[in-house]
Amino acid sequence: MPKRTDLGSILIIGAGPIVIGQACEFDYSGAQACKALKEEGYRVILVNSNPATIMTDPETADAIYIEPINWRTIARIIEKEQPNALLPTMGGQTALNTALDLVREGILEKFGVEMIGASQRAIDMAEDRELFRRAMADIGLETARARIAHSMEEALAVQSEIGFPTVIRPSFTLGGSGGGIAYNREEFEATVARGLDASPTNEVLLEESVLGWKEYEMEVVRDHDDNCIIVCSIENLDPMGVHTGDSITVAPAQTLTDREFQRLRDASIAVLRKIGVDTGGSNVQFAVNPDDGRVLVIEMNPRVSRSSALASKATGFPIAKIAAKLAVGYTLSELKNEITGGATPASFEPTIDYVVTKIPRFTFEKFPGANTRLSTQMKSVGEAMAIGRTFQESMQKALRSLETGYDGFDEQLTLPLTDEGAEKLSYELRWPGPDRILYVADAFRAGWSLGQVFEATKIDPWFLSQIEDLLREESELAKDGFESLTLARLRALKRKGFSDARIAKLVGRDEPDVRRERRKLGLHPVYKRVDTCAAEFSTSTAYLYSTYEEECEAAPSERRKIMILGGGPNRIGQGIEFDYCCVHAAMALREDGFETIMVNCNPETVSTDYDTSDRLYFEPLTFEDVMEIIEKEKPEGVIVQYGGQTPLKLSRALAAAGAPIIGTTPDSIDVAEDRERFQKLVASLKLKQPANATARTEAAAVSMAKEVGFPLIVRPSYVLGGRAMEVVFNEDDLRQYMSDAVKVSNDSPVLLDRFLDLAIEVDVDAVSDGTDVLIGGIMEHIEQAGVHSGDSSCSLPPNGLSQEVQDELRVQTRKLAKALNVIGLMNIQFAIQSGVIYILEVNPRASRTVPFVSKATGIPLAKVAARVMTGKTLSMQGRTVERIPPYFSVKEAVFPFVKFPEADPILGPEMKSTGEVMGTGNTFGEAYAKAQAASGVVLPTRGLCFISVRDRDKPGATILAQMLIARGFEIAATGGTALVLEEAGVTCRRVNKVREGRPHVVDMIKNDEVALIVNTTEGKQAVRESRSIRREAVARRVTYYTTVAGARATCDALDHLGDIEVNRLQDLHKELTA
Amino acid sequence: MSTPAVLALEDGTVFRGVSVGAKGNTTGEVVFNTAMTGYQEILTDPSYCRQIVTLTYPHIGNTGTTPEDLESGAVFAAGLVIRNLPLLQSNWRSTESLQSFLLRCKVVAIADIDTRKLTRLLREKGAQSGCIMTGENIDQNAAVRAAKKFPGLKGMDLAKAVSTKKVYQWNDGLIWKTAAKPPRPQSRLHVVAYDFGIKRSILRILAEHGCRMTVVPAQTPADQVLAMNPDGIFLSNGPGDPEPCDYAIAAITRFLETDMPIFGICLGHQLLGLASGAKTVKMKFGHHGANHPVVEIDSGRVLISSQNHGFAVDAATLPDNLRPTHHSLFDGSLQGVARTDRPAFSFQGHPEASPGPHDLRLLFEHFMYLMVKRVQANSRGRTPVKQKSAEG
Repeated sequence: MPKRTDLGSILIIGAGPIVIGQACEFDYSGAQACKALKEEGYRVILVNSNPATIMTDPETADAIYIEPINWRTIARIIEKEQPNALLPTMGGQTALNTALDLVREGILEKFGVEMIGASQRAIDMAEDRELFRRAMADIGLETARARIAHSMEEALAVQSEIGFPTVIRPSFTLGGSGGGIAYNREEFEATVARGLDASPTNEVLLEESVLGWKEYEMEVVRDHDDNCIIVCSIENLDPMGVHTGDSITVAPAQTLTDREFQRLRDASIAVLRKIGVDTGGSNVQFAVNPDDGRVLVIEMNPRVSRSSALASKATGFPIAKIAAKLAVGYTLSELKNEITGGATPASFEPTIDYVVTKIPRFTFEKFPGANTRLSTQMKSVGEAMAIGRTFQESMQKALRSLETGYDGFDEQLTLPLTDEGAEKLSYELRWPGPDRILYVADAFRAGWSLGQVFEATKIDPWFLSQIEDLLREESELAKDGFESLTLARLRALKRKGFSDARIAKLVGRDEPDVRRERRKLGLHPVYKRVDTCAAEFSTSTAYLYSTYEEECEAAPSERRKIMILGGGPNRIGQGIEFDYCCVHAAMALREDGFETIMVNCNPETVSTDYDTSDRLYFEPLTFEDVMEIIEKEKPEGVIVQYGGQTPLKLSRALAAAGAPIIGTTPDSIDVAEDRERFQKLVASLKLKQPANATARTEAAAVSMAKEVGFPLIVRPSYVLGGRAMEVVFNEDDLRQYMSDAVKVSNDSPVLLDRFLDLAIEVDVDAVSDGTDVLIGGIMEHIEQAGVHSGDSSCSLPPNGLSQEVQDELRVQTRKLAKALNVIGLMNIQFAIQSGVIYILEVNPRASRTVPFVSKATGIPLAKVAARVMTGKTLSMQGRTVERIPPYFSVKEAVFPFVKFPEADPILGPEMKSTGEVMGTGNTFGEAYAKAQAASGVVLPTRGLCFISVRDRDKPGATILAQMLIARGFEIAATGGTALVLEEAGVTCRRVNKVREGRPHVVDMIKNDEVALIVNTTEGKQAVRESRSIRREAVARRVTYYTTVAGARATCDALDHLGDIEVNRLQDLHKELTA
Repeated sequence: MSTPAVLALEDGTVFRGVSVGAKGNTTGEVVFNTAMTGYQEILTDPSYCRQIVTLTYPHIGNTGTTPEDLESGAVFAAGLVIRNLPLLQSNWRSTESLQSFLLRCKVVAIADIDTRKLTRLLREKGAQSGCIMTGENIDQNAAVRAAKKFPGLKGMDLAKAVSTKKVYQWNDGLIWKTAAKPPRPQSRLHVVAYDFGIKRSILRILAEHGCRMTVVPAQTPADQVLAMNPDGIFLSNGPGDPEPCDYAIAAITRFLETDMPIFGICLGHQLLGLASGAKTVKMKFGHHGANHPVVEIDSGRVLISSQNHGFAVDAATLPDNLRPTHHSLFDGSLQGVARTDRPAFSFQGHPEASPGPHDLRLLFEHFMYLMVKRVQANSRGRTPVKQKSAEG
């Protein structure tokens, strides 16, 4: 049946901010869906609170609402836009849950909106554990023995039947939030309590453990005529027990015979039919007993998912695009598979002739104290994918794509193992953590047999034997040395995926030595195409990966071309914002007639969609891999300033090897990043910097600190996202930091900066062409200096800066842009203390705030800057005038603390947020209120506010308390704060600190007596003491602020909680150009 | 150390790799199959007789081999070409590694070559004659010469070469039961299956559906089969060109004079076409994969099928009493036919899968339906006669 003509407009709900378990894969799927539906002539309405997405670009949909994703707000949008249909399957669990809310609240019925792509019944059956189990039993499929519990008593009763270990899964939570595996009663009670609380329906499923079973996923697409195809099968290398998002996964399935594979295929289709997923993509997960092949259905997602994004990238089959078209009535037989240029129909099941490995990226280092053991609750923040002709090649490429400093199977432990080392090894194998795969390699190095490693890890022997073989190669190579590298041997090594860097390390040389030798031998990779059909049909799509084989299919063109280096796996500090910039560069330069070439290895992104650029190289972002592509393609320009730190780190080496880097030169980048060179520049411009110093030893640090003065911000050089950054208030703290936190050396010195306390921080984004400078936006941070800029909320235009200060910021920005000879994007962080402007840092590259500024002002900064880099000046583009919106846009950060209940949820100079949201309004308060709502903060409107602040915040706290009382709150405070408040005439209840005896503040939080918490601290001891307050706040979902400024902004927001005004982005932008 | 091997094609292309099977030389038509699973089924499928099969998925041998997954009593493929033979097999049903299986079955096999390059070459040039040679100091030119000497499959009657030499019975159902209740022996329908290179999966599925199977040699005359008093005739898949199989065409023509239900698969489908008056053609490359969508013309439904054929019934030559029932979604080629005047139908792909998806298993149900209908009609038809005679 062709598409439906009874639908005119369709509402799509996005996934909101990037959080653990829901990352940029939903920008990829949502953007594809919008594009597909617009292509079909529908009016597309989109709501997503995340400004750093391609889907919220004004061109993506007809009406874009960057608004909080909750049923009330969406009800307003529905009322305003009157869509005919709602497509809820593109925005992850957030969109599904919100759609269910809209059904429950009667909104869809009231406005006559039809839900397409999935029905309420199907969502319920897939999501409700008990309904799902019964449905599976109906079609003769087994599920793990399990029962639902709604209370601790019920849970304990069920547990006694099932036994330990018990798997606990809360219903309706994303990424398995609040779930886990319990081995004893204590763990069981803790996990059940957390799970009951996390589940919106207060229920948990308790399940028989199938730890160690093989885990498979099938990606299925179905149309309304009941035609089904399997897009991809995925085998988890990490067996059952580790969340699939945290597992290394491999496509296609490796250890199933056809008979077993077809059984899973049949079962997957039966599951879709039973659940009643009418159209679209779904994912079904299975556990298979390795001893007898018994199959259990674990779960199914009636929507596109992280796995479907992976399956799309792994096969080249655009699941979201096809799913969107099926939702509006097409059947699979009517759609073409675009990757083969229409040579195959969409119903042609992809078959692949390579191996895909996905590896998760963790950032436990950001959350000291967090439990690093992997379980059924997802903890990774990103992932990298690699393609190779064999598993070995694919696995080793994946390891170096991760950008965690590994070139392959790098050693974790030193051989021979000490007793401690042996214990550590055994622990890491049995209790999987973020680097288990590397410990597997260590186990082989330490002489463990395959059987022993299997017994400890339950990783399928097939995978283990492949890794064991690589280790055998490594040890032989180490023994034979550099001189043994003949063409045949080097070729054999490269075919197994060894990087130049890893080979160099093994033979005790440097990477350039191996590279030189390889080139001398004429050994280069070839590029093969991803075509969904294993070469059965020819394809014009240039979706390529490298391998060491005979035939190269790259077929580079003679066109003018620009290569864009992407950002690699998402991590804290480098996420979707940079992918957004890369995609914009590709779009702009494509429009200008260039052939665009994207290089990236993150399967969740829009940049790795094969039609975002003219050519896509799905490759690790290492010097070796990138340089080979540059030599093959010979682009006239390479853009390194859009993908965050990843490509920037490569820029000098690439330039030295002859890569034509366009935009700001690597040398200018170096001036901005090198403390000493930058200091000279700032001095020569007569601008101000906080006092600072660079220390290469602990002793030097201590003596320099005396000159610079405390408090200090300390950090290692060359880091992004403020890794290992701390504020230290005294010498003891500094000494401890120098000895614990970082390894100091000549190569990586530690930077000391005077910390500007209570200063206002400001971000400025700008584009420079060498002559003109376009100010993109001035963003005033709401939290004062000391909180990482990525974690602060900010306002555009500034809410509290005088015109004079703003103008001075513009002057200084222009000066710096010219002095650094910036060509392209730049970001400057300023701090303003007592009216004096200090420069904190200059980043001559795309910043995290570029998408936010672009959405707020309607100027696509990344596109403008990309054109500047290819020689189109700002005046040629007509983009020299800054736009200052008449409305406010507020950006707010979103944090993953609920996933790391053991870690301290305090904000500081080290970035911890995973994503961001945006709110707009006519006043700052309104915009801030929406940003808070979008970030999931529920602002209380009355009740008890607990205030406990450090000394220097006490004056601010008094004003805050008065503001809160004026809005109907009561105040409680601990000793020192209470004293100050009482002196100022503020009525407040005095409450015990934890160490002052019970009942104390944590007791009150546990008893739900506190509605709002404002808690600021400084100094290691105070932070330690107050940690339990913040942790309990996270656990009990009490709104809390760790800065007074944030809390004060909230008071503004409280005045705007009533009637919500929803703003169409395109209408806002009209105000700017009118 | 591993033994070198080469694969030479008639166009002079030579691939150098390592031997992973038996020592020696082999020639055949080089084809590829894009199925990612099921190498053991492919190797033992008689349809691959005289063909050197290239598997496009790079790791072949991951799950070892098991007697359960044999499609016949021997390996029929003339040789195997793969990218990588893994170091270890892992599967709970595995009883033997692929390499040991290849050695035991004396199959010449080459690994470590750029199989994607080979596949692209075959796609562009069509199926090629080829030769695999193993051992030290291989004479590449000799290999190319051997490849060129291979006559190709056009005009080659291989069905009688691979067919069983004597009649046998088959009653084993599927390895894993799908039907809820086992069929009662007394109610079993009797199917006579012509073995032109039959796969065991077909026999298993029919047995599972409650059929008692008699498998007969390819050249068994029609009257001998009719004398077995079957409820239906099955025409199996098989290798080679259907046109020279005049004995089979003659037998089918005879069956078409009766009310006997007939179901043909692959070569059997082509033979039904020829017996009905249609023509067959040799395709440039043919279809070889487990992911091919076909449309069931009556319902418009899309079914994913397993395909392995180099000849096809020419849709333009269908007589009036032969109607198309399925066609391929990517090249529109004819995939299934049914007689309008007889309970006879056939399918070009492999509804028995193995390897491949099970979407088309419903064709076996249609065959069952036709047989049951005939039995019921005949018993209804007979009853009045009996009554009449009783009266008389």
